[in-house]
Amino acid sequence: MHTGFLTIYWRDMLRFIRFRTLLFASLVQPALWLAFFGIAMSNNFERLTATMPAAPGVRTVGYLTFIGAGVIAMTTLFTSLFAGTVLLFDKNWGLMRETLSSPLPRIHIIIGIGLSAMTKSFIQAGVIMGFGLLLGVQFFEGYTPAQTFFSLLGIMLFIGTFSLGFLFLSAAIAITMESPEGMQAVITLLTMPFFFTSNALYPVNSFPPVLRALSTVNPLTHLVSGIRYFAIGSDFSSIGLRYTYTREEVLVSFLALLAFAGIMFLIARWRFTKVTVT
Amino acid sequence: MNDLEYFFGEVKAVDNISFTVKKGEIFSFLGPNGAGKSTVINILTTLLPVQKGSVKIAGYDLKKEPEMVRESIGIVFQELTLDRDMTVREILEYHGRLYSMPKTARQERIDELLGLVELEGKRDVLTRHLSGGMKRRLEIARGLMTRPKVLFMDEPTIGLDPQTRIRIWDYVRDINRQGTTIFLTTHYMDEADQLSDRISIIDHGKIVVTGRSWELKNTLGEDLIYLETSDNWTASDLLKKLDSVKGVREKSKGLIIMVNVDGTYLLPEIMDKLRSGGIRISAVNLKKPSMDDVFVHYTGRELRDTGMEKGSTVSLRAGGR
Ligand SMILES: Nc1ncnc2c1ncn2[C@@H]1O[C@H](COP(=O)(O)OP(=O)(O)OP(=O)(O)O)[C@@H](O)[C@H]1O
Ligand SMILES: [Mg+2]
Repeated sequence: MHTGFLTIYWRDMLRFIRFRTLLFASLVQPALWLAFFGIAMSNNFERLTATMPAAPGVRTVGYLTFIGAGVIAMTTLFTSLFAGTVLLFDKNWGLMRETLSSPLPRIHIIIGIGLSAMTKSFIQAGVIMGFGLLLGVQFFEGYTPAQTFFSLLGIMLFIGTFSLGFLFLSAAIAITMESPEGMQAVITLLTMPFFFTSNALYPVNSFPPVLRALSTVNPLTHLVSGIRYFAIGSDFSSIGLRYTYTREEVLVSFLALLAFAGIMFLIARWRFTKVTVT
Repeated sequence: MNDLEYFFGEVKAVDNISFTVKKGEIFSFLGPNGAGKSTVINILTTLLPVQKGSVKIAGYDLKKEPEMVRESIGIVFQELTLDRDMTVREILEYHGRLYSMPKTARQERIDELLGLVELEGKRDVLTRHLSGGMKRRLEIARGLMTRPKVLFMDEPTIGLDPQTRIRIWDYVRDINRQGTTIFLTTHYMDEADQLSDRISIIDHGKIVVTGRSWELKNTLGEDLIYLETSDNWTASDLLKKLDSVKGVREKSKGLIIMVNVDGTYLLPEIMDKLRSGGIRISAVNLKKPSMDDVFVHYTGRELRDTGMEKGSTVSLRAGGR
């Protein structure tokens, strides 16, 4: 098998690690999000929902635990959507000519960058989880070590698929756009609907039907559901609502993410065959 | 390569170009800015599609086997294409890996090439900290990394100081001696003249003429005589009648006469002829045709002054390079 994508991966990771400030910021920022937003909001929610009766026999988790999954998902979304920008810079600064005139099949560029976006997302998710546990996020509570291990695997599978999907989307945009400012604008515009029609920060049960429908096709919702299922459990309640996830539902969520990644891959591949760099 | 054409939308950048580069040769495209040199290089290096025409490189058809062509060539682009955030070694390492070179071969080749372009001391320096000449040398080393059969160089010495240019010419000759065929473009007369085995002069996307440097110069005749006279028009008419005069070109202040014979002996005859026609001569210069003269002759334009008109030469030198 041609391992050219590893070359692309190597270069991208090299640059990621080389820029200490960037690396540091990308790790600390989501942790701060969890700390400030999470703690501030959880006090509010806890007060509001304190009077509601908890469903009997169901484990109740705090808001911080609830949005822990949301913050991980959100960070993965941002990181993956921005990770394609490197292609735009490479294209504009002429660096991509070297790669495009080499025997490396173009598909490997997409795969290589995809893998590095995935790696970055894993590192970030790890940092957020570690930091979250320190803050009192009740992930993996009452799990045996084996259960924790398999839950982590499940989470990685979800995050990996999700980040690939959005990286492919980002790569397709990057290779099509001319200016970094334009790309920035498009990405910011894109993140909004994904973010606010998802269950990352609040429950979607009380959404109007249109938004609810949007939220069910939103990959971010599926990622959050997956993380919650693996990290918290299949039946729990938080902020006065009960959440149940069956195995089938989680499988459907995963298939939805796979389908999303697959479609985005095809789009990215199509955009890459069109590109000419001079 | 045959009948190559390329359009950017409505703009015809390359117009029906055909030529053959022999194995082991240094071949130059000499042409002014916007002539279409880079466009040809971009097509030959698979960065632009072949819209019309057919090309064979290192035995492979560019249209049918672009992968094989890519394997066989090395490229030095006109603009710098080095990642500022990678070190000299990493740049070469990345390139070697793109071409699936095995690890040990990569390391050996990196050592060898850094020696060749005298960058051993800069191995672990980020390219953003290199000077322009060093960057260019690194790009040449990168182009050679995979021991290509054909090396394409687009304006290899653009913007470099005279010493660095001469050094780069030396590398190019070295590389060529080791068996690499080289295709380069340039708008420097001296570069085309001194470096290449054969030259094509290209203008407006067309090849105007192709040949060895001395062949091209010889088409202008044995010598060039520059004259300033009291009546250039009449002088021109008179001289065109002489057998040994190949042609006369009018310049702003004087005439350039292309002659078939040794000018040293023809000059007295010309002066006699003009004097008997009642024309006064105020300035004379005799020289061998240069690449500049060839260029002007074939394109009808001057890249730089030919150096025969004294006044303008001085002002150009002062303002130019
Ligand atoms: N991407 C492009 N889109 C449209 N027109 C282009 C493009 N690239 C080049 N051209 C046009 O094609 C013609 C040839 O350009 P090219 O870059 O090949 O010239 P060149 O001989 O390399 O010149 P220079 O010495 O300035 O590098 C020019 O008229 C130029 O304007
Ligand atoms: Mg050019």
